[in-house]
Amino acid sequence: MDGQMLMFAALAGVALASAVMVVTRRNLVHSALYLIVTLFAVGAIYVLLRAELLGVVQVLVYAGGIMVLFLFVILLVERPAVAAPGKPRRVHVAASSLMTALVAGLLAWRFLAGGPDRAGDTAALSAQGGNLEAVAMTMFRDYLLPFEAVSVLLLVALVGAIVLARSKA
Amino acid sequence: MLAPQHVMLFSLALFSVGVIGVLLRRNAILILMSIELMLNAANVNLVAFAWARPDVAGQVLAMFVIAVAAGETAVGLAILIALFRNRASLNVDDIDLLKW
Repeated sequence: MDGQMLMFAALAGVALASAVMVVTRRNLVHSALYLIVTLFAVGAIYVLLRAELLGVVQVLVYAGGIMVLFLFVILLVERPAVAAPGKPRRVHVAASSLMTALVAGLLAWRFLAGGPDRAGDTAALSAQGGNLEAVAMTMFRDYLLPFEAVSVLLLVALVGAIVLARSKA
Repeated sequence: MLAPQHVMLFSLALFSVGVIGVLLRRNAILILMSIELMLNAANVNLVAFAWARPDVAGQVLAMFVIAVAAGETAVGLAILIALFRNRASLNVDDIDLLKW
């Protein structure tokens, strides 16, 4: 067990524990706050795996932007929506667990069959104290068209969200 | 020594938590949050592969996934607001207009 492994185990434990809390809490605000913990832990795992830029983007976009959006909507609709939770029926729980076990089993089957081994020097990913340059070079040279497509998609999503959410008046 | 398989195992567990959240919970906002968990699990896999090969293209792809997830969340939450305005509920069991 080296330091990287220990760090990964700790971060993965935090991420998984708070992910379980997200799914099990009755109060939506608690769920959202636990989701922020998960997102931070996943961002730290990105940094551990030499994706520093992605770690920063994770905190800025997910923990910053998306979660604020979630919390706004929760506070907007909370009051009556929380009144009628009701316990899930037993057959529902059984079917869901079975389905999840099936999905997890299929994925595990694929995962155990293969997956890359560590091929080269992973330190090369962040040679100059961060991988901003490498990511930017790849994104704007090899993936320029997908980049433009994503920006158009974001614009469409922006307009669509405004149209859908505005009041009729 | 941290191997890609360890990270894949973590990603598998995170994805499963997301799946069970989508299937078990009936609040539409919580279902959206569980989808975020699953998207994060996919991203963890992409970053793990980018780290193992090593090839930075996987990180670029993960960046695109984050952008698409942001758009998905914005539109999804807007739909939920419109839904709440019409039905005064976010319980997915109440959304049964197309059911006969």
